[in-house]
Amino acid sequence: MESIINRINQQKFWSFHGGVHPPEQKTLTNQKPIKPLSLPEQLIIPLQQHIGRQGDLLVQVGDHVLKGQPLTKSTNPMAVPVHAPTSGTITAIKHSVIAHPSGLSELCIFLNVDHQDTWVERTPCNDVATLTNQEIVKKIADAGISGMGGAGFPTHIKVDTKPDINFLIINAAECEPYITADDLLMCEHSESIVDGIKILNKLLNPAFILIGIEDNKPKAIEALKKATAGIEKIHVCVVPTEYPAGGEKQLIQILTGKEIKSGTLPIKEGIIMQNVATCYAISEAILHDTPLIQRVVTVTGQALEKPQNVWALLGTPVHYLLSQCGFDNQGMEKTPVIMGGPMMGFSLPTDTVPVIKTTNCILAPSYKEMPSAFEGNSAEVECIRCGQCADVCPTNLLPQELQWSAKAKDYPQLNKLNLSDCIDCGACAYVCPSHIPLVQYYRIAKAEIRQQQQQELKAEKAKARFEARKQRLEKEKRARELKHKKAAEARKAAMNKATPEATEAKSAVAAALARVKAKKAANQKSPSSSAISAPVETTENQDNKKAQVAAAIARAKAKKQAKPAPEIDAKENAKVEPSNTDSKKAKIAAAVAKAKAKKSQEKAPIQGQEQNQEQTDSLSLADKKANAIAKAKAKALAKKQASSNNDSSTASDLTIASTAESEPAIDEKDAKKAAVIAKAKAKALAKKNKESNTDNKVSEKNTVNVEPRKVQNTSETSTINDTNNISDKDAKKAAIIAKAKAKALAKKKLATQSVSEEKTMHEQEKGAK
Amino acid sequence: MAFWIASSPHNHNQQSTSSLMRLVIFAAIPGIIAQWYFFGWGNLIHIGIAMITAMLCEFIVLSLREKRITEQLFDGSALLTAMLIGICLPAFAPWWITVIGTIFAIAIAKHLYGGLGHNPFNPAMTGYVMLLISFPLQMTTWQPPISLMEIELSFSNTLTTIFTGFTIDGYSVEQLRTSIDGVTMATPLDTLKTSITMGLTVSETTQSSVFGEHFAVGWEWVNLAFLLGGIFLISKKAIAWQTPVSFLLSLFLCSLIGYTIVPDSSASTMFHWFSGATMLGAFFILTDPVTGATSAKGRLIVGLLAGLLVYLIRVFGGYPDGVAFAVLLCNMSAPLIDQYTRPRTYGHSKDLS
Repeated sequence: MESIINRINQQKFWSFHGGVHPPEQKTLTNQKPIKPLSLPEQLIIPLQQHIGRQGDLLVQVGDHVLKGQPLTKSTNPMAVPVHAPTSGTITAIKHSVIAHPSGLSELCIFLNVDHQDTWVERTPCNDVATLTNQEIVKKIADAGISGMGGAGFPTHIKVDTKPDINFLIINAAECEPYITADDLLMCEHSESIVDGIKILNKLLNPAFILIGIEDNKPKAIEALKKATAGIEKIHVCVVPTEYPAGGEKQLIQILTGKEIKSGTLPIKEGIIMQNVATCYAISEAILHDTPLIQRVVTVTGQALEKPQNVWALLGTPVHYLLSQCGFDNQGMEKTPVIMGGPMMGFSLPTDTVPVIKTTNCILAPSYKEMPSAFEGNSAEVECIRCGQCADVCPTNLLPQELQWSAKAKDYPQLNKLNLSDCIDCGACAYVCPSHIPLVQYYRIAKAEIRQQQQQELKAEKAKARFEARKQRLEKEKRARELKHKKAAEARKAAMNKATPEATEAKSAVAAALARVKAKKAANQKSPSSSAISAPVETTENQDNKKAQVAAAIARAKAKKQAKPAPEIDAKENAKVEPSNTDSKKAKIAAAVAKAKAKKSQEKAPIQGQEQNQEQTDSLSLADKKANAIAKAKAKALAKKQASSNNDSSTASDLTIASTAESEPAIDEKDAKKAAVIAKAKAKALAKKNKESNTDNKVSEKNTVNVEPRKVQNTSETSTINDTNNISDKDAKKAAIIAKAKAKALAKKKLATQSVSEEKTMHEQEKGAK
Repeated sequence: MAFWIASSPHNHNQQSTSSLMRLVIFAAIPGIIAQWYFFGWGNLIHIGIAMITAMLCEFIVLSLREKRITEQLFDGSALLTAMLIGICLPAFAPWWITVIGTIFAIAIAKHLYGGLGHNPFNPAMTGYVMLLISFPLQMTTWQPPISLMEIELSFSNTLTTIFTGFTIDGYSVEQLRTSIDGVTMATPLDTLKTSITMGLTVSETTQSSVFGEHFAVGWEWVNLAFLLGGIFLISKKAIAWQTPVSFLLSLFLCSLIGYTIVPDSSASTMFHWFSGATMLGAFFILTDPVTGATSAKGRLIVGLLAGLLVYLIRVFGGYPDGVAFAVLLCNMSAPLIDQYTRPRTYGHSKDLS
C-alpha cells in the first residue's frame, strides 16, 4: 500500500488495457457557470430513480407538498425515498415514461409547481462531530442519496461502516465526452465536495483517500487541490484522459494497480468508490439538511444554441431543459436526444422523460457532429476480424468473438468468453470499422442469458419441491401402511378372541350364509350362480344347448353390470361434490368404492376382449343413468350405508372370478367344475400378487370403522361362490377364506394403481379430515 | 417531434472497412512504382486486368448472393485482392492467368466461403497458389530487371506479350527473358536455389548479374518500397505491428542460424529480407485481418510461424519462394492459435482470490 502511495505521490499511475480517445467536446460547456433554471410548470418525479426498490408513497393526489418534503418513505434497505423538488400540488400519480433505455413506464408523481418554492422546516447541522455514524448514515438514507455517477446504487448502504477500508476513491474522472457536470461542480463547489469527503472519511475511516480526476479538467484540479490542501490523507490524482478511465474498475486499476476479481465488489479489496457529485449531495444532506432534489446536468450538443450546465430539479422534463438551452432540430425529421454521454447514454423515446438522480447529461447532437447517432444500426457490414475492438476493450475481452457467439446465440461460449465482465463502455463499437453495434448484441445476449438462468433456477426450485413432495408422500404412505398393518393385526386378534363383537360378526356371517343357501336352493335348476355366470356368458354364442342357462346368465349379467356402473358414478359424485357426503365414513367409503370400481374397470380390458366390449357398452349405457343413481348413492353413503362397499367388492370379486374362469369354461360343459377351477385359479392369482402392496388396501383399511361390516359383507359375497362350488357349510371357514380373498384382491390391485388415484384418495382423505 | 432510437455508443470514430482497404491499397503504391521502375509495365498491366476481373466477378457473385451491391462492391476488398494478385504474378504471364487467378480468388476463395470476413484463406494467395500449381510454366515466366534485358521493353511491347505471347517485333517470352549474356534469367531466389543444388556456393552464385551490387537487382528496392508502405500502415494503425515484426524477426533468425551453420550454401539474412515477396508478404498479406490471428499474442505466433515456413520452403522446398504457401499454412492454423492465445480478461487472474 505504501508503494502505491509513493507512486501516487510521484504522479505515476498504472494503466488499463485498451481505451479510446473520442472527441471530448467538453469545451462546449465547461467555460460557462452552472445556470440555475427557472421553475418549470410541472415536475414528473419517478418513484424509483436508482438501483433497488421504490419506496412507499406518502402522498396522495391533491396534496400540497413543500420543497424537500419526502414523497415516499423507505421500508427496505434497497429503497431510497424521493422528495418534492419544490412546493406545489400533486395532480396525478400514474405511470409515465421514465429515463430508461427501453422507454419503460413507471409510477411517477406529477407535481404542479406553485412557484412559491416554500421549504419544509430544515435543521442544519453545524458540526458533523456531534453526529454519530449511525445518525449520518440515516440522514444520508433519508436524503434519498444514491450514486450519482451512473449506476445509482443507494449510497447509505455503501457508506455503512465497514472495517479495514484501504482506499476511498472519489471518482472525478468524468471520462465520457461532452459531460462537464462534475467538472463544473468541482470548480464551483469544491469546498462542499471536500466537506462531503470529510463526512465519508468519518464514516469509513479509510487509510487513504484518492481523488481520481482526468487531466482535461485543469480548473477543477486546481480547485480541488486548493480545497484539500493541508489534508494529508487526501491525494488528488491527475490521471491521463482516456475513455473509460472513469469506470469503477478501470479507475481502481489506474490508481492502485489492483484488479477486482470478476463477480466481486471493490469492497473485498478494501476499496470504496464514490462519485464526486455524491460527495456534494452528502455534504448538502448532512450540513444543510437538504435532500437530493436537484443536480447538475450538462445540456449539450451542437443542436443547441446555448449548451451549458444547469441546476435541474429532479423531475424536470427533458423538453424544458432543451427549450432553456435553445434546441434547434435543424429541420431534421428525427433527431436523437441522448440521456447520458455519447458512449454510454441512451436515446430517449420522448422528451417528456424527467431528469432523475443519475442523469448527468442531455445530449442533442447535430448531424454533422455525430452522424452515427442518426444512422441507427443500418451501417453494419461484415466483421473483418481486424481486432481493433479487442485492442480497445478495457476489460481485455474479445469483442469480435463475442459478437460471433452472440449472433449464433451460443450462450455457453459467451460465458466462456466472459461476456458478463463486459461493462458496456462501447469502446469496441466506437472503433469498429464495420460499424457493428457490438454493445447492442451483448446487451441482448446478456438479457437472454439472464432470462435463461432465471428459468433454470425456477425449474430447479420446482424440481426440489417435487422431490420433497415425493419423499413426503412416500413417508406418509409408509406410516399409513404401518398403522394399517397394526390395525389389521389388532382386528385379527379381536376376531380370534371370543369377544362379543367377534361372535356377533360370526353370527352375522352365518346368517348371510344361510341367506345365500336359500337363494341357491331357489336357483337350483340353473347351476350357475353369479360367480359362474361370467364364464358361461363367454360360451354363450357357441353353446346352443345351453340356451336356458344363457337366459339366466343374461339376467345375472345385467344385474351384475348395473351394479358396478353406479360405483363409477358414485366415485365421480364423491369427487365432484364432496360436500354432498356428510360424514367422514361415507367419504372414505366412497373413495374405496371409487377405487374398486376403477379397478374392475381396468381389469376388464386385460381379460377377454368380448367381455371388455360388453362391459364398456354397458358402462356407456350406465353412464347415462349416472347422475340419478350417483345422487342416490351418495345419499345412501351419507347415511352410512355400506352397501356400496359391498357392491363394489362384490363387483370386483366377481369380475376376477369370472375372468379367471372364462377360458377353461369354454371347453367344459360342467359349469360347476369350471367354477372350482376358476376358484383355484383366482386363489393362485391372489397368492401371486400377495407380495405386492396396495394403496387400495390402504384405503380399504382407512375405513377402519366400517371394516367389520365390510369383512362381513365380503365374506358374504365370497361365500356365494364358495358355497356354490365347494359346498362348504362351515361359515367360519368361509368367512376366513373370503377375508383372505378380499385381501389378496386388494393387494393385486397395486400393480395397476396409478399415482393420480392415490392423489385423489389422498385428497379425499384430507377433505374428510 | 420524433426521436431517433439507437443503441449506445452514439458516436463513432468514422472509420470504415472501405477506408481501411483504400489505405492499404495506397500504401502499396510505392512498391508498385518501384516494380514498374525496375521491371517495366508488366505488373501494372496485370494489376489492371485483375482489378477489372475482380470487380466484374464481385458484381456477379454479389448479385447472385442477393447482397447489397453498392456498399459491398466498393468496399475495396476485391480491389485489394486483385492488386495483390497483380503484384505477385510474373510480368510476362499471359492475361488469362490473371483472369483465372482472380476469378478463383474472388468467387471461390472469398465468396464460396461466405464473402468478406468469412474466408479462412487469403483470397489473393489462394489464387496465386492455385495458378502456381496448375500453370507452372506460365507462372515462372519471370522477367529480368529492365537494366539486364537485351531487348528494350516498351508499354505496347509488354501489352502484346501478355496478350499474345510475342512483342510487336515478334520476340517470344523466352527471348525476352534471355539476358545480355545469353542466359535465361530467373529470379534471384530461383537462381540461388538452382546453383546451390548444382553444388555452387552462395558467394559463387551471387556473382551472377541478377544479384547486382547488393542482394538482388530491382527486388531489393521493391521490397524496400513495400517496407515503407508497411511502416506507413502501422503508423496509421491500419495493420497490427505484431505480425510483420515477428515474421521478419523469425525469418532473420532462421537465416542467421542457417548462415552460421553452413555459410557456403546459405544466403545472408538481408538477402532473405530483401528478395522475393518478403516485405509484401509481411505487411500486405500476412496482416490480412480476416485470415490472420486476432489476439496480439496470436499474431506474434503467426508471424513467427510464417517466417519459419518461408525460410524452410525457400531452402528445402521445391519452390523458390514460399510466402504464398506459408501464408496459407498460417491461415489454416490461425483459428487454432487464436483459441490458445485468448487474452486474460480483467478480473480473471489466478492470483486474485
